[in-house]
Amino acid sequence: MASGIKDKVAILGMGCSRFGERWNDNAEDLMIEAYVEALADAGIEKSQIEAAWLATAIEEEHVGKSAVPLSMALRLPNIPVTRVENYCASGSEAFRGAVYAVASGACDIALALGVEKLKDTGYGGLPQRNRGSVNDMFWANASAPGSFAQLASAYSAKHGVSKDDMKRAMAHISVKSHDNGSKNPKAHLRNKINEDKVMNAPMIAEPLGLFDCCGVSDGSACAIVTTPEIAKSLGKTDLITVKALQLSASNGREAQHNSWDGSHFVTTRAAANRAYKEAGITKPREQISMFEVHDCFSITELVTMEDLYISDEGRAVNDVMDGFYDADGKVPCQIDGGLKCFGHPIGASGLRMIYEMYLQMQGRAGDRQRKEEPVFGMTHNLGGFPHQNVCSIAIVGKEGA
Amino acid sequence: MEVGILAYGGYIPQSRLQRSEIAKAHSWFNPGLKGLAKGERAMANWDEDSVTMAVEAARDCLADFDRDQVSAVYMASTSFPFVDRQNAGIVADALNLSSSLQTMDFASSQRAGSAGLSVALQVAKGGSGPILFTASEKRKTKAASPLELTSGDGAAAFLVGTGKVVARLLSAHTEAVDFVDHFRGENEDFDYSWEERWIRDEGYLKIVPDAINAALADASVKAEDITTFCFPVAARGVAGAIAKKTGLPESAVADNLQANCGETGTAHSMVMLAQALQNSAPGDKILVASFGQGSDALLFEVTDEIKSLSPRRGISGYLARRYAETNYNKFLAFHELVNMERGIRAETDKKTGLTTLYRNKGMAQAMVGGQCSQCGTAQFPKSNMCVNENCGAIGTQEDYPFADRVSKVNSFTADRLTYSPDPPAYYGMVQFEEGGRLMSDFTDISPETEIEVGMPMRMMFRIKDYDNKRGFRRYFWKATPAGASSKGE
Repeated sequence: MASGIKDKVAILGMGCSRFGERWNDNAEDLMIEAYVEALADAGIEKSQIEAAWLATAIEEEHVGKSAVPLSMALRLPNIPVTRVENYCASGSEAFRGAVYAVASGACDIALALGVEKLKDTGYGGLPQRNRGSVNDMFWANASAPGSFAQLASAYSAKHGVSKDDMKRAMAHISVKSHDNGSKNPKAHLRNKINEDKVMNAPMIAEPLGLFDCCGVSDGSACAIVTTPEIAKSLGKTDLITVKALQLSASNGREAQHNSWDGSHFVTTRAAANRAYKEAGITKPREQISMFEVHDCFSITELVTMEDLYISDEGRAVNDVMDGFYDADGKVPCQIDGGLKCFGHPIGASGLRMIYEMYLQMQGRAGDRQRKEEPVFGMTHNLGGFPHQNVCSIAIVGKEGA
Repeated sequence: MEVGILAYGGYIPQSRLQRSEIAKAHSWFNPGLKGLAKGERAMANWDEDSVTMAVEAARDCLADFDRDQVSAVYMASTSFPFVDRQNAGIVADALNLSSSLQTMDFASSQRAGSAGLSVALQVAKGGSGPILFTASEKRKTKAASPLELTSGDGAAAFLVGTGKVVARLLSAHTEAVDFVDHFRGENEDFDYSWEERWIRDEGYLKIVPDAINAALADASVKAEDITTFCFPVAARGVAGAIAKKTGLPESAVADNLQANCGETGTAHSMVMLAQALQNSAPGDKILVASFGQGSDALLFEVTDEIKSLSPRRGISGYLARRYAETNYNKFLAFHELVNMERGIRAETDKKTGLTTLYRNKGMAQAMVGGQCSQCGTAQFPKSNMCVNENCGAIGTQEDYPFADRVSKVNSFTADRLTYSPDPPAYYGMVQFEEGGRLMSDFTDISPETEIEVGMPMRMMFRIKDYDNKRGFRRYFWKATPAGASSKGE
């Protein structure tokens, strides 16, 4: 019987580039920026890194295929380097690769780095691209906002929530993330907004307006992991360890079988159940100190808080409007601004979320530092579309918690 | 064995461009167009062409008829999407017909529609199985041309054969005269036309009567016994003048659908025939004539079988499915008559691998999915492993056509980010009543349509993507509201 990942691996160091429109930097520059911070934080030499994982999702817009771009950018000494891609969960996949490598004993210290350079397309939003030669023959002409927007229509129909109440709750989510992002010097979007501005913004994909959508950013994030024993031998104290790493991929049920109603994420529920079990968490609403969830769109965050079993089904609108997830609320969600405002360089996002947890748990989060000391932090990535996707979840926390 | 029409069907696109808007746009240049500014013309959606319209007319025509019996598919048009790839073959494939089939395209004349029907009748008389004949047109016209106002897009379809005919063929006659009233040369998009008065006096009024008189004589039917006379030309008074000249009753002259549709090119004599059949009673004698380098005249007698034909939309049904389009710029954009800034997102390469298409054409063109022979679950696309989590059987999928099944909306959006020639792009999850679902593009969402979760939808055969780089286009099925397109209808 597998015992899970809990407390087998500790974070030795982390780094994150400034996210945003990095017009004058190549992906390689962003990688180095995140790596330099992580290496200094870890307090080790490059030669101590024994294996590395690179995450990028839309590599054709920047570095191209394979792990070679990471190995070359960081001048790694011919160690094993692997590239992973799993939609928006790519960054979490790199982290999973490095953590599992350490946990297996295959190496002592491993690195995970995610990067994306999305602002070389000539237009806003994610790159318009093909979906595979067979898929292109029958898939709807769907964008990311149009796919996620449909959660709102199905959710409203199922729970009898009016369009106005939905739109208002979604607006609250975005206003909260802008408030949080304004305190984050590395965030892409640092302006504060109000609900009226969100409600009156141009429509992107009904009912999602401009401010219901996250930023599309350039950026990179990096983690260096090792065993708790090695971390301590390197002089680290108050370790942040990995409590759970879970992944769930759609099997066609949502896209092709009539047992899904379109109002929630099948994969998130599966991954959350396994993650809580792996981390030994029985009452997540009370035990998880803070969340970084995949708020690619405001509606995604709203629905996800139910799929993670924090808000009861059909009640997320109430929790959102009550300020439960605000920075000073009971359980803050996106205290760093989230994808919405920190930004969403796809390959980096999963690692960026863990970076925030790591900073908060060490009391290093600056102006946005949570006063109550966080114990467990949960991160969540959702790649693809509500009807066919991959969901990754990580729980990190204080060693021994 | 008497030969005739076993069933008819029609299709007119739902958008109706107001002619007053066209005339208004051009009044600075040609104020004379005001004389044609009454009524509305049918305007194909951006994802429609003569093939897709033929498919819809054919579906309307075939209704519950056993498609395995169809022995041939003919299609007539002067606006085929493919010059070398049989267009009738695409129609047959979309209808999920077997490959044991004769297919043929009729082209190059405004008479192709009537000539095609005439040939189909002759072939069917020779003892073949029923022949599906379609005529369809989406004519390209120059901005500010009279044709732009008088033309419309549409299609008709007939199942032709022996047995329980709803209209038996009494006679058919063709006059072939190389009278060039207009032409369209190789690689030209638009017609070049000569003076209307000459065409009327020397063409319509001299050539057509010859064909009509011969057909009447051949069937020994008196002109005054004709119930309905279908003559497709848009010009006012021409059909009446021909009737007068040939002794047809004035009351027999059929509405040429100028007010609410426009002349659908080579398909129009067939559109008018389908409309005439829809309005007919047993014993009616319908005379249909055409004009184009000569004239065809076909004479039919409606039988009692017309009363037992299953219900269909027909031309009348599709004429009622309409909304008034007042934006002439949209028409210009759909026909690429204006150089629009479509944005960088529109640059995505839409290349189709022909191997990929051939391997998947059952899915992509006929919308055939699968049904598990073990648990009965229907799924789209078909795959070698059942999607039902409680089954998962391997190699149990049997062909299961989805195209004619009704679905309901599960979720939807109107997307202004993704590139669409007609933003916003509507799409959503539709769920079929007997199982199976698809994240599907929606089409024909008129400004008057309010989509709701649970709304019934049906599938229509449409253009999925244009590959302008290579001159290819790929087709697939899209969902559209199953009921009336307009509120209050």
